Amino acid sequence: MSLRANARTFDLARNTVRELNAELHHLDPETSHYWRIFNPKGRHSIAAGLDADATVEIAGNVGYYCAGMNKRATVLVKGNAGVGVAENMMSGLVHVQGDASQSAGATANGGLLVIDGSASARCGISLKGADIVVKGSIGHMSAFMAQAGSLVVLGDAGEALGDSIYEARLFVRGNVHSLGADCIEKQLEDQHRKQLHALLERAGIAREVDIGEFRRYGSARRLYHFHVDNASAY
Amino acid sequence: MCGIVGLFLKNPKLRPELGGFLSTMLTTLSDRGPDSAGFAVYGEARAERIKLTLRRGVDTDFDAIAAEVARELGEDVSVSRRDTHAVLTVPTARAADARASLGRIAPDVSVVGMGRRMELYKEVGLPAEVAKRFDLAGMSGTHAIGHTRMATESAVTTDGAHPYSTGPDQCLVHNGSLSNHNSLRRELRRDGIGCATENDTEVAAGYLTWRLRQGMTLDAALKSALADLDGFYTFVVGTESGFGVLRDPIACKPAVMAEADDYVAFGTEYRALAELPNIEHARVFEPEPAKVYFWDLKQ
Repeated sequence: MSLRANARTFDLARNTVRELNAELHHLDPETSHYWRIFNPKGRHSIAAGLDADATVEIAGNVGYYCAGMNKRATVLVKGNAGVGVAENMMSGLVHVQGDASQSAGATANGGLLVIDGSASARCGISLKGADIVVKGSIGHMSAFMAQAGSLVVLGDAGEALGDSIYEARLFVRGNVHSLGADCIEKQLEDQHRKQLHALLERAGIAREVDIGEFRRYGSARRLYHFHVDNASAY
Repeated sequence: MCGIVGLFLKNPKLRPELGGFLSTMLTTLSDRGPDSAGFAVYGEARAERIKLTLRRGVDTDFDAIAAEVARELGEDVSVSRRDTHAVLTVPTARAADARASLGRIAPDVSVVGMGRRMELYKEVGLPAEVAKRFDLAGMSGTHAIGHTRMATESAVTTDGAHPYSTGPDQCLVHNGSLSNHNSLRRELRRDGIGCATENDTEVAAGYLTWRLRQGMTLDAALKSALADLDGFYTFVVGTESGFGVLRDPIACKPAVMAEADDYVAFGTEYRALAELPNIEHARVFEPEPAKVYFWDLKQ
């Protein structure tokens, strides 16, 4: 019997998010799990804190912090996501089929966040190692202080992209409204093309997208080292 | 925190359900604003008539006040009471006289709003209780805006609750906090715009009133607010024919909109919209920062 046929369903119109998450936090580690969640209706913290070999499919729009702190699990949102989807994700996959609100993938350490629509402001803020692929556009102040990981955007980026960025890699196919402090355009070399191709492949769109259309942005590394000439300013 | 909602009905058949929808939306945002709640409902206009929404304690004899105003004006004046508020309907041409008369007869009664169509209610308490006290669910109309408040900048009082009237048939609700409201309040006072409280939103409302008085359109007044107001805000402004939305350029305060065949809805969070009919088929989007949006019956 296939895993999907064996899916467990959970209706949030009948039971609470707290009850759902309590069950998801105590899944049998010996087997795989497939859950379908109904009536999310924008509720917060759905499927947050998972650490299991599980796939959780959510039928509709979710509220804040969906799949936050995710580890290993695959969370599929068949709708839009509110603030902070997959924030502080450690591993696994979070896939939003609609749009995502602010701070998508904030501080995420690992794993992959795929957003089929657009993400609003502060996407990938303080990114710490996860990979984010946005098929639409992203809002202002995205990748602010991003330390590690990648952000791939097929559409446009808003104001102040990559402000105060450390070592995260940014790839944008469309127009960048403006770059933030210490963020510059960099050469897209072969090694970056390979990285980008691998990311697009993981997001399942490597064949649909021409890598040559992307531009790469990253840190000029002028901001995060103390510069002795500025000593008098302190 | 705080929660804002707005609903604009495109389909006239839904008008009797306006209050019911708004009540559910407000109640859903209770945890964003449990201190107080308020709303403005735009109902039927009567030719040559204007509504004054009055507020005073539950022991107020609004009928007696209305009778006295009618006697002083020598006009037909009707009154409809809802808990601590009452709507006084007077001839449009006599609106100023009616206000002057109210000032003499019942100086402790506040006129919280005035307009051809707008009625404005607000009280301290959980949103569900406030909605029930005023029987919001029983109200009909074309559009309405509402607010649930978690106080940060001033005390939990009815005066500190939203919406704030900014002019005839116009009012403002706000999510956020303004940091330059004290200096702006002083400037407004110098120009004759009084503020009754220490509340920051009242200053924003006064600011819009001031700009409109200078001859600006509401659109221009909101755009100038971007330059003059410092702080975090999402504003929703109710007008006679619709509502407008403005978020500050940094857009810290959340906002979601939904456009469906039958309505346009605004909510601080999507949760507030989740029970609206056919919401699953609506176009749901976030209003962009520093951009003025309007939804209007006239369009």
